[in-house]
Amino acid sequence: MEYFLQLTLNGLVVGGIYALVALGFVIIHKSSGILNFAQGEFLMLGAYVCVAIMTEARVPFAGAFVLTLLFSVALGLLLERVVLRPLLGEPIISVIMVTLGLSSVLKAIVQGIWGTDTRPFPQVFPIGPVMLGPLPVSQGYLWSLACVAVLLVALTIFFRRTRLGLAMRATADSQQVALSMGISVRRIFALSWSIAAVVSAAGGMLLGAMRGGVDGSLAFYGLKVMPVVILGGLDSIPGAIVGGLVIGVLENLSGGYLDPIMGGGVKDVAPFVVLVLILMVRPQGLFGAAQARRA
Amino acid sequence: MRPSASEPAAPGAGSLDLPIFEARSARAALAVFLVALFCLPCFASAYWLDVLCRIGIAIIGAMGLNLLTGYTGQISLGNAAFLAVGGYATAVLAGRFELPLFAVLPLSGAIAAIVGMLFGIPSLRLRGLYLAMSTLAAHFIVTFIAAHWDAVTGGVNGVAVPPARAFGFLLEDDRHLFYLIYPVAVLLLFFARNLFRTRPGRAFIAIRDQDISAAVMGIDVFRFKMLSFGISSFYVGVAGSLLAYQARLISPENFPVTLAIDYLAMIIIGGLGSVLGSILGACVITLLPELLRLLSSSLAGHYPGMVELFASVKMGVFGVTLILFLVFEPAGLAARWRSLRNWKKLPKIPAWKRSTP
Repeated sequence: MEYFLQLTLNGLVVGGIYALVALGFVIIHKSSGILNFAQGEFLMLGAYVCVAIMTEARVPFAGAFVLTLLFSVALGLLLERVVLRPLLGEPIISVIMVTLGLSSVLKAIVQGIWGTDTRPFPQVFPIGPVMLGPLPVSQGYLWSLACVAVLLVALTIFFRRTRLGLAMRATADSQQVALSMGISVRRIFALSWSIAAVVSAAGGMLLGAMRGGVDGSLAFYGLKVMPVVILGGLDSIPGAIVGGLVIGVLENLSGGYLDPIMGGGVKDVAPFVVLVLILMVRPQGLFGAAQARRA
Repeated sequence: MRPSASEPAAPGAGSLDLPIFEARSARAALAVFLVALFCLPCFASAYWLDVLCRIGIAIIGAMGLNLLTGYTGQISLGNAAFLAVGGYATAVLAGRFELPLFAVLPLSGAIAAIVGMLFGIPSLRLRGLYLAMSTLAAHFIVTFIAAHWDAVTGGVNGVAVPPARAFGFLLEDDRHLFYLIYPVAVLLLFFARNLFRTRPGRAFIAIRDQDISAAVMGIDVFRFKMLSFGISSFYVGVAGSLLAYQARLISPENFPVTLAIDYLAMIIIGGLGSVLGSILGACVITLLPELLRLLSSSLAGHYPGMVELFASVKMGVFGVTLILFLVFEPAGLAARWRSLRNWKKLPKIPAWKRSTP
């Protein structure tokens, strides 16, 4: 039982980060219909930039966190303007391929600057577990979960309560109507890319802090997001959050119980098995609008 | 960017059929090219022979992917997985059952075709990005199986593949394999070119351009999508089989997800829905890292740090090339080639007056 709880909790912590990154993914997809395969590289780049700011400029974690988020805003704006905008209205394969090209450029930049070795992440969260009932829990996990929760609440308020959030939801519903209401759809696209870069970078920094190091494998989290968004529904923000938590728990449980039987790696493939099953049974996901049609 | 399916018929061609060759001169030029190509191994060094063989394999694989993505409009990120299926099938059929080469090649293709169609089933209900996701999942599931089914695949250590044997010859080195790979490639390319003069081929294009109208015109969309998945995966499986014969030892590491991206890049850079594009794209994407390697080794004398940077430079150049093509030449090299070739037939219009094609 304790093992089960431990796995579930780990799953929730990782799942929270999946939820963040998936949120960025869904925001981009909702506003502009683009599937961003470079999401994992945003995450990796954010983690590396944060480490660089902390070790080279000796800024404390809170400051580095904010600076990295600002950097991500700029990155999102730049990429949207330079790479994505020329491809508006092109067929889906071109847009997917351009994000794949982007991911290899970003990976190359990170490797070119910081090399391929794992770089240690400065100690941020206090060491030593807290007892949560019978369960010893690392403090880093709790901090990370708290940060994720704060970010998710902040984003939800942003979408529900602010003018800009309303404009984004309007654009997602219908670009033409949004345009006619005086909303600059271009600016909304740019905004959605910066939000996506910001949430991914936040996820990357939290992951780096929890793991105590950053390396190229962080980019893999971008692919893990695919099962999450398919489960939750490609166009649903609550779906991204629920899907992230579910996939996080599921992969930890399946890894924890099946790895000894099947010999490792179950954790990485289980989400994709779920993906295929969902696509066959309910392609719009748990919360998505039923758009997929019989062709 | 709807790529045109095939070039317009040559003027004066009597029938309404699309010709395989646009003019008699094209046929002659191709014959000369093929003769030159098959003389090439006599002059090439071992290094370039290896590169040539890899280009040949890439051409077959890219052609397969182009059948599915470029002609039928179904995006697949599972190309590396289907290559793996072909490769492992070859390892088992040739290694364990000791089947002859000319049975192994088509059987490996057929097995890959079956697996490809299995993962194509979601395309019944899904289009575009959903299919990209389902084939991406196919990749991770297939490589997981390859890494864990020790009895058949040898697990992470991989499995050895016996050398190909044909007509009593042992095709051990690249010079021999060249004469296996390229005839197969030429055969498959002709088949592909011919396919789009037939009913199924036209059906693929109709599905790509507008699946609803295709259905209205009486095309069984699902059946032809499955057929396209099957033929495409057959090509990719044959490429995987040849890859196994060349590598002689295959493990899951031979089939990373970046390989699938490489193949997509080939057909984007070459040209979607074009046989010539598949060839050009395969050449460019295979040669790019080789040229960079030559460049970096010649620069290494002056900048010793160059060698360490090589991996990231390779990745960066790949990404930038892909992005530049998508932004500036989305129709790919094949379209550029056509416009170059038609250059002298065009009326002379100053460059600034021409709108881009």
